[in-house]
Amino acid sequence: MTEAQPKIKMRGVKKAFGPKVVLDGIDLDVAKGESVVIIGGSGTGKSVMLKCILGLLEADQGSIQVDGQEVVRAGARVHEEINRKFGMLFQGAALFDSLPVWENVSFGLLAEKRVNRAEAKDIAVAKLAQVGMGPDVGELSPAELSGGMQKRVALARAIAHDPEIIFFDEPTTGLDPIMADVINDLIVKITREVGATALSITHDMTSARKIANRIAMLYDGKIIWAGPTEDIDTSGNEYVDQFIHGKAEGPIKMAVRA
Amino acid sequence: MNFLQPIGRVFLGFLATVGRLSLFTISAVSHTVRPPFYPRVIIRQMVDIGFYSLPVVGLTGLFAGMVLALQSYTGFARFSAEGAIANVVVLSITRELGPVLAGLMVAGRIGASLAAEIGTMRVTEQIDALTTLSTNPMKFLVSPRLIAGLITFPFLVLIADVIGVFGGYLVAVYKLGFNPSNYLQNTWDFLQAEDVNSGLVKAAVFGVIVTLMGCYHGYNSKGGAQGVGMATTNAVVSACILILCFDYILTEMFFAGI
Repeated sequence: MTEAQPKIKMRGVKKAFGPKVVLDGIDLDVAKGESVVIIGGSGTGKSVMLKCILGLLEADQGSIQVDGQEVVRAGARVHEEINRKFGMLFQGAALFDSLPVWENVSFGLLAEKRVNRAEAKDIAVAKLAQVGMGPDVGELSPAELSGGMQKRVALARAIAHDPEIIFFDEPTTGLDPIMADVINDLIVKITREVGATALSITHDMTSARKIANRIAMLYDGKIIWAGPTEDIDTSGNEYVDQFIHGKAEGPIKMAVRA
Repeated sequence: MNFLQPIGRVFLGFLATVGRLSLFTISAVSHTVRPPFYPRVIIRQMVDIGFYSLPVVGLTGLFAGMVLALQSYTGFARFSAEGAIANVVVLSITRELGPVLAGLMVAGRIGASLAAEIGTMRVTEQIDALTTLSTNPMKFLVSPRLIAGLITFPFLVLIADVIGVFGGYLVAVYKLGFNPSNYLQNTWDFLQAEDVNSGLVKAAVFGVIVTLMGCYHGYNSKGGAQGVGMATTNAVVSACILILCFDYILTEMFFAGI
């Protein structure tokens, strides 16, 4: 019996900036249709890991495969091809200020010349409706939207081309608890509707518990624990326990000046 | 030996910057001739760089021409050579002051705005977002601006030339009492196509320098607001220095044989 090929497969991924080692041999598999959340403190390399998969940063060593296709040291054409499978929700939404909301949402479709502008606008309106926003929002500029609305528009942009894999970078950071819950619900609903594989990074445990099938914890450049969401409270890992309960005392020492 | 260390460090840093800038330039230029092209972006940039710079360039040309006529009269009157004022004004404006002053003024206006816009896009992850949406940032952000600079600068300088000569005419005729038709005749008789053409070639080169410096410093900006501020300053300062440097080189090339 052959095991199904993971959607994302990382083996021994290392990344350093000068003398600072950020990723020190990451091994991780994300199966098709699975929602995996990477947790970890600030500065532990979660975003770097995501950027290595997206090809925004080049891993120094190791292998990253998406549907069996190698990402590390791949050419621009391969990256472009792989990126078509991706949707990405950035931490700060990263909407383009110079374009109205509807053009932001359908930017990828227009860039790939898959549709004309009229069709792109119709798709943008449909995707905005999927994240609970009316067509009037499409005509606004991103600067006219609140933080929560910007996140929803960014989510609409991430799903505009029906991606196979969606990445969420700190999807609830900077939002009030109610808006954070709205975004979490949308992530769960949309990944199910699109049937996408999801890889998220966060340090918000409420969000992680809600959107993840499986959670992995990144610490000191390595995945120190990975398992089903329901097992996280009984992980038996003192690092995980300290993190999920938000305790100052424990094996994780924060760099705080006296 | 220790005093040699900082000198060596600065020199190596300079070489590294030259190398990075050269690679950036090659990449940007190569993308201007490879599809996909973004005509809407190019046109929008041409309006921003060209049309909205007209008041600045027009006023600069007008006052440069007026001052030149006045200063030339003050000096030439000592040698009873007032008749050469029309020639001095038209040659100085078309060969030198038109392109250089317009270049410096637009470097302040456009170089700063490009660096600030692209720098903000960098620090807010908008450039990363472009990559994830299957759009090459060099192709979408840098190449259209280079093309717009290359095309619009010669037109701006041509307009600055005409307004500058008109400024000289106003002072010569209405303040210094020159005969209008004689002044215009002198201007026309001594002007050669080479004088105007050399200024326009300089303008095209300055257009590329200003947009390239704005894009390069913005694209490579780091950190937050401080990094963007530094990129803006560096873009304007480096563009101004390079304009004056290339002005000499181009003048040497055009008029070495004369």
